[in-house]
Amino acid sequence: MIRGYPESMRKSIDKVNKTRDKRIDQIMKDLTLEEREKVLHEFHPDYNPAYKRDIGWGQNKGDNVPNEVADILESYPIYDPDEIDLSQIDYDVGVLIIGAGGAGTAAALWTVYSGVPKDKILLATKLRLGDCNTVMAQGGIQAADRPEDSPLIHYLDAMGGGHFKNKPELVKALVSDGPKIIKWHKELGLMYDQNEDGSFVENAGGGTSRNRMHCAKDYTGMEIFRNLKDEVINNEIPLLEFSPAVELLKDENGRVAGALLYNLETKEYSVVRAKTTILTTGGFGRLHIAGFATTNHYGATGDGIVMAYRAGAKLRDLDSTQFHPTGAAFPEQIVGLLITEKLRSLGAQVLGKNGEQICYPLEPRDVEAASIIKVTKSTDNYVETPTGMRGVWLDSPLIEEIRGKGTIDKNLAAMKRMFSRFDIDMTEDPILVHPTLHYQNGGVELDEHGYTSVPGLLGAGEISGGVHGKNRLMGNSLLEVNVFGRRAGISAAKEYKRGKKPGKLTLSHVKKAIEQIDTLNLKKKRFSPVILPEYRSEAVRDRLIQLFESSL
Amino acid sequence: MAKAISMREKKEELDTVTIYIMGQGYKVPSSLTIMKAMEYAGFKLKRGVGCRAGFCGACATVYRKLGDYKIYANLACQTKVEDGMYLTQLPFVPANKAEYNLDEIKPSASTMLRFYPEIARCLSCNACSRVCPQDIQVMDYVQYSLQGQIDKAAELAFDCIQCGLCAIRCPAEIPQYHVATLARRLHGRYHMIAPDTLEQRVKEIEEGKYEKGFEELMSLSEEELKKRYVARDFIDQKKA
Repeated sequence: MIRGYPESMRKSIDKVNKTRDKRIDQIMKDLTLEEREKVLHEFHPDYNPAYKRDIGWGQNKGDNVPNEVADILESYPIYDPDEIDLSQIDYDVGVLIIGAGGAGTAAALWTVYSGVPKDKILLATKLRLGDCNTVMAQGGIQAADRPEDSPLIHYLDAMGGGHFKNKPELVKALVSDGPKIIKWHKELGLMYDQNEDGSFVENAGGGTSRNRMHCAKDYTGMEIFRNLKDEVINNEIPLLEFSPAVELLKDENGRVAGALLYNLETKEYSVVRAKTTILTTGGFGRLHIAGFATTNHYGATGDGIVMAYRAGAKLRDLDSTQFHPTGAAFPEQIVGLLITEKLRSLGAQVLGKNGEQICYPLEPRDVEAASIIKVTKSTDNYVETPTGMRGVWLDSPLIEEIRGKGTIDKNLAAMKRMFSRFDIDMTEDPILVHPTLHYQNGGVELDEHGYTSVPGLLGAGEISGGVHGKNRLMGNSLLEVNVFGRRAGISAAKEYKRGKKPGKLTLSHVKKAIEQIDTLNLKKKRFSPVILPEYRSEAVRDRLIQLFESSL
Repeated sequence: MAKAISMREKKEELDTVTIYIMGQGYKVPSSLTIMKAMEYAGFKLKRGVGCRAGFCGACATVYRKLGDYKIYANLACQTKVEDGMYLTQLPFVPANKAEYNLDEIKPSASTMLRFYPEIARCLSCNACSRVCPQDIQVMDYVQYSLQGQIDKAAELAFDCIQCGLCAIRCPAEIPQYHVATLARRLHGRYHMIAPDTLEQRVKEIEEGKYEKGFEELMSLSEEELKKRYVARDFIDQKKA
């Protein structure tokens, strides 16, 4: 090993380092819409029918989705509905928020700001407050606040990125609330990067025509979340951790009226009755769609779409999954982890094994990912690691050639730290990347106020579908969790003020779902929500036995 | 005390090390991180696991190595296993967070002392800085907080991921990472003032300046919208 890389990879790195000066002003042309279509169809996993099938039952029957998504929708509940006593209510609240990530905490805060007494709120979450993808977001948050920019240009960028399949009202809400969200964040004391003249540092992102990516070094999501979390505690919002929801409850009028929670540690269930429920459980990265490694949090298992589907909510755009163009491909210990798009925003080029550029670095994410997969799958212009992983180079040292020494320390501290833990200095040597599973583009359909198609159920964040169409742009997810978390909180407060107490709780909708799943005659009986992914070794799994726990 | 190690043959066992998870010995592949090694050994993690990428602070791990007197600490998801590691993870860090209303306080030493009087007890032992997996100069930002240099405290503490190891090691019982949050929020709110352009844009949107434009864009067919998209101009994006 020489400076973190084995000798076999060093030869290629030397070529990259030698060609850097020649490449510094060399600009690759971006693809036309037709060329984009071609590379997507040939190489993007979304377009490969082998990875997908039609949903077999329910309101989205016939929709073509990844196999892993169809699997969790075509699954039985993990409990027996006949064994649950719904007459004993453990928490009786006005607003239940399921999932304490970016969207959930924003929703909780705006529920309070909109006048719901804090003791009428319950924020329940699978792991800890803040175990979510939001804290892992590095690059930034889009908001059109510069004079040369406007919400209309932001709208156009987002629609184009989403292949014009986005739900227009949602995109309008997203881009119009952007500056308002940054203003709110500044009131909370967020440390967004600023230039010496006091203007915000704003970078480009893939598919954006203006610089509107606000950032806080490469800890943008962390910085947003730390502040929201601090406010949740300051506002004394009742919180329940290690208590994932495993099902939504309805009342006899068909309105969602709370949820069944499961305590991961004591293994007991509890019943929450709520006038309004906001679903903010995030995405599905840990289902490892199409076998890809993922950038996502441990708890991102798509539980929310299962629960919403059984409750009758309409889903959309789940046929498209976002593969981030640049996940780490080396070293082995961090394969799949996010290498922020900000590297490319700051000037890093994408290179083949001989150090020549292979694509325009700031295409929309799906196009960029497909362009890289094209190289690793259909050419020999890739680099192979000792464990057989294929990747291409991301020329990180070029950033400092363009923007001066110290740029990486100042803007990419988290990235630099991650690689230095494995003896790689990204200011000296390039880093090896390959696309990685990143984001659930679709989900539960919302309207612009956060309502789903089922009364009593709202949603916000990655669980939702429609905002991003078939492909999300960088920086629109941190914006989305705040915009729609806020809107859902405001709507929930309105519901709280007007709503009557929910009626008798029932799981009859789940029993109906079971009847439909029965008709599918599944070869193997599956259960969902997944709650946590399975990473124990095969040797251990082969020898697991089920002990009768109450006898212990 | 000798520890028993299972003889069970594991497939593809190329290069293994022995680690001790809460005192029990397991053979695991040497290429794994501590977190993946625990899973390989058969643990399904609930506590001490989070983002698995070094951002969330859930997997603070304390360990000693066989025959070495030192206590080490790091993040389980970002640290490779070594032979003879005795590992335990912090399932939870009990540390009080003060409650405050940011609107009503000012960035000063007295604010810091009012909410976290324990910072006055700092012994300058630097145990907090030494244990920090992010290599933050924790003691220095505590000292800056005491001196009212909120800007310096906030900047030094910026990369904190709130794992809580500092608070666990502190002989003066300071919850450093909460102190850091207060300093950052004061600095972000009162020193880093947003440019006027932000307020102007918020006002324009609230006054409905873009409504007509939206109405027009939203009435376009997909084909017309595509044309508009392709024709949009790009500004020079090299400057931030």
